[in-house]
Amino acid sequence: MGAHQPQRLDVGGAIDRSRAVELVVDGETFTGCAGDTVASALVANGRLRVGDSIYRRRPRGILSAGVEEPNAFALVNGEHNESMVPLTSLELVPGLDLTLLDGIGVLDQKVDPAEYDKMHVHADVAIVGAGPAGLAAAREAAATGARVVLFEQDFRLGGSLLADPASLVEGVPSELWVERVRGELEAAPEVTILTRTTAFGSYDNNYLIALEKRTEHLHGTARDGVSRQRLWHVTARQVVLATGAFERPIVFADNDVPGVMLASAVAAYIGRYAAVPGRRAVVFTTNDSGYATAHALLRSGAEVHVVDAREAGPSARVGTAAADAGLRISTGSAVVGIDGAQAVEAAWVAPIDDEGALAGPAERVACDVVAVSGGWSPNVSLHSQRQGALHWDDALAGFVPTVPVRNQHLAGAVLGTYWTEGCLTEGRAAGLAAAAASGFAAEQSGRTSGSEVDTVAEERVARAGTTRQLWVVEGRDGGYTTHFVDPQRDNTAADVLRATGAGMRSVEHVKRYTSISTGVDQGKIGAVNTIGLLTRVLSGEDTRAIPPGQPGQDGTGSRAASELSGIPAAPPSKPTPGAIGNTTFRAPFTPVAFAALAGRSRGELFDVARTTSIHPWHVAHEALFEDVGQWKRPWYYPRAGEDMDAAVARECRAAREGVAFMDATTLGKIEIRGADAGEFLNRIYTNAFKKLGVGKARYGVMCKPDGMVFDDGVVLRLEEHRYFATTTTGGAARVLEWLEEWSQTEWPELDVVCTSVTEQWATIAVVGPRSRDVIARMAPGLDVSKEGFGFMEFRETVLASGIEARICRITFSGELAFEINVPTWYGLKVWEDVAEAGADFDITPYGTETMHVLRAEKAYPIVGQDTDGTVTPQDLGMDWIVSKTKDFIGNRSYSRSSHQGPGRKQLVSVLPVDRSLRLPEGAQLVERVALGDYTGEGLPERPIPMLGHVTSSYHSQALGRSFGLALVKDGRDRIGQTLIASFLGRFAEVEVADAVLYDKEGTRRDD
Amino acid sequence: MLIIDCPHCGPRPETEFGYGGQAHVAYPEDPHALTDEQWAQYLFYRDNPKGDYAERWVHSAGCRKWFNAIRDTRTYEIARVYAAGEPRPDLSKGA
Repeated sequence: MGAHQPQRLDVGGAIDRSRAVELVVDGETFTGCAGDTVASALVANGRLRVGDSIYRRRPRGILSAGVEEPNAFALVNGEHNESMVPLTSLELVPGLDLTLLDGIGVLDQKVDPAEYDKMHVHADVAIVGAGPAGLAAAREAAATGARVVLFEQDFRLGGSLLADPASLVEGVPSELWVERVRGELEAAPEVTILTRTTAFGSYDNNYLIALEKRTEHLHGTARDGVSRQRLWHVTARQVVLATGAFERPIVFADNDVPGVMLASAVAAYIGRYAAVPGRRAVVFTTNDSGYATAHALLRSGAEVHVVDAREAGPSARVGTAAADAGLRISTGSAVVGIDGAQAVEAAWVAPIDDEGALAGPAERVACDVVAVSGGWSPNVSLHSQRQGALHWDDALAGFVPTVPVRNQHLAGAVLGTYWTEGCLTEGRAAGLAAAAASGFAAEQSGRTSGSEVDTVAEERVARAGTTRQLWVVEGRDGGYTTHFVDPQRDNTAADVLRATGAGMRSVEHVKRYTSISTGVDQGKIGAVNTIGLLTRVLSGEDTRAIPPGQPGQDGTGSRAASELSGIPAAPPSKPTPGAIGNTTFRAPFTPVAFAALAGRSRGELFDVARTTSIHPWHVAHEALFEDVGQWKRPWYYPRAGEDMDAAVARECRAAREGVAFMDATTLGKIEIRGADAGEFLNRIYTNAFKKLGVGKARYGVMCKPDGMVFDDGVVLRLEEHRYFATTTTGGAARVLEWLEEWSQTEWPELDVVCTSVTEQWATIAVVGPRSRDVIARMAPGLDVSKEGFGFMEFRETVLASGIEARICRITFSGELAFEINVPTWYGLKVWEDVAEAGADFDITPYGTETMHVLRAEKAYPIVGQDTDGTVTPQDLGMDWIVSKTKDFIGNRSYSRSSHQGPGRKQLVSVLPVDRSLRLPEGAQLVERVALGDYTGEGLPERPIPMLGHVTSSYHSQALGRSFGLALVKDGRDRIGQTLIASFLGRFAEVEVADAVLYDKEGTRRDD
Repeated sequence: MLIIDCPHCGPRPETEFGYGGQAHVAYPEDPHALTDEQWAQYLFYRDNPKGDYAERWVHSAGCRKWFNAIRDTRTYEIARVYAAGEPRPDLSKGA
């Protein structure tokens, strides 16, 4: 052993005394041993005191030896600091540098450079917990050949066995038994043992999520290439929960003074770590389990005084052993107060009555540690996350699962089975049953039969002995302000009383009123004690006001029984914990870093980036990009010294006055083929496509059955039975799914096949008065004259480069425009050819911002920007596109009363009176008179009716002013009116105008 | 994460599928013959049972085929999948 560890025993424990490990805490160096946690190393050094409490700044000490710890937290300093790590589950490894925390942490703002990854596996049997029950289950399931995954959050297997390495299991010391089972499991080809791995979430279909800590215990180069943490996604045919139980503290005055510890933790520090928390101990217990701690303390050489809250004292078996050991026991008594602030100096012990009130004078017992056991709570978190039912077992004094969730099995202490042999029996049975249910029959192992073992409740109770439900111990001064219920949140019994005094009855309300169970331990320490406390506080009439527990947490025996029998029971004078019920258990069981949830999906790998074949050119020409769905689209191409406005203004002028070009490849493209393709499109779009001539194009709008615009695009008729439809960039996938849905589910009799060809075509829009010249150069064989190539027509042709192309005469700007479609492979080449062909005319590349300005000047709507799923084609002023002669999806809705009459929001343009003001999109529009004397300061006296909002807003080069599109109630009737736009706490006057502001006659497209 | 047994591709994770709401809600033969109320029933009203629910799914990231499933809304367990257009099977009669 290295440096002197005053509280370390010379023998025993599962630590390696030959490997000293140094540890720095708040600048002070301590020495522990390999096999320690940070907490056990501190205990071995005689250090129980940790940080202060979060609000009241009370000195705090290590309370537990596990993940439920509410006091002992540290910041782990490193390349990236990890905050709020419980010392009790932090493995002692070389190089740790810790800063103790006062109940709250600070998130490191530096980027975490570590790698995190994920594994997705399917298992036959997933087993959570590697104590005696989990190990027995794993061993049996593995023997059948089933694929088994065993999760253990600790760095060692063994669970409750670890606290008592000398105990015998199947005739051998438990330490050896665990190693044997590990050996068997490791030899089985289909078994995965995951230590340092917490199954923290349990979801439908036996989907478990677990976090594995992979590198902290590795040294030097062993860490290379290993992700720091791994998130396991496991789908299991069968799940065995062997998750154990948590011990509860007892609520008494000053129960948070350093040195007050859970009895099971004291036993674990002595047994597993050979570290003695104190030399003069008081063991304060409500049940038999505290006596094991008393014996462990005795063996370690400590003086022990047992304070047993039960009038009758321990059960016969435990009592005999206690008498043999010469334990001093005060029965029917309680610790009613603590002397000491930084550390326990003495406990005040007094007899108590049935209500927990003082029944005699208190005796001062000098001590340095108080081990408390308020009973046990099965660790039902994963069971309850699946809405597994719980009930309050009054004899075991705990919430116990009623039946397992379907395809799950429960074994061991999670069922209230608190003795090793019982855990082994249940574990074996659960392992065999789980394997059998996933299709693996047991070979003749001879160890046990495959039938479910159902431990009778009586045996569990007999083994556990009685537990006194002592929910609070009166203090010597009558107050409850230092009776801590949830030490991490600094909540006391007085806070619970304050909550019920304010009228809170439901445990969910009490939780939120007080913040009990909202800390890192999420109620592992304080939840059941709070429920117990409520049974004391609420009584008589009050009990009828308690809302029932959470779904699946029916809890109460009495309530369920009365409902079953149909006989309404009289309200009990005091509710049972079952009647009050639990708060909801949710994932994660223990904290998980967001970085671990993200895994590799950070930065560049966060999402797929789709780029067109022309993308390298955009990058080379310094385009700024905009994300449209997953696509990276050029937003605008700033030249030296240009800001966005200047660049967009230049691009707009080029398109209106000369020629410009844009990469339109991202538009969704779908081919629709089949003998009934025309009929199909007739039903899908509001306008008709059946009679569209081959070689012609038509703009179309599709709506949902409620009549609202869903998507739009241009449809080409390639052949008699073959159409080509474009969709919005963001809508491509959902439009294809929409077509499939109607084709497959409503009209399977129509001969139609839909195929996405978005990735197959590159599309280049060439726009502006000089576009015809550019196209003529590109496709010398093509008659591009006004007469020879009409608007809304397309031609299949061969470009000068020899590349086959489909050229359309369509416009999304109102200008004369063409779209060149070529196979994706040739996109970049053809784009460069267009640039060259247009060089004489100063052809200008433009991005999505210019596209938006140009289309808005023409009031071409963007589905999803100018519409929001409540807008019909008529609202957009597009009555012309709604066929009166055929039926289509949505048609019926236009005669609904909600679509008739006034009040619908219609698309109009809004012109700010201040011609340079660009309204924010989303600005609300109201009438001037509706404002009254409201100036925008604070809140208006009464709500101001809103007429609509601005959907698009830009500066227009063509108009020489700012403008917007807006959806306005009865907007077309308001043309000429002045409204008020309200945004960012200010008002601006706008004039309502016809939606189309530029080239209303539509002459420019045919220039 | 549910594992959904696509009738065409076999069991696949839920993330490959799209949800289509209640099954067996046919598009009305002649919507114009319906009253506003009847049409609104078609548009907006769906069952919300506690228990078995016949609903539509589409294997979006797989075969792109729509199909029907009977799922228990309490447990999310899918008892049966069957082709679009098939009548709702009687679960009491076995697979």
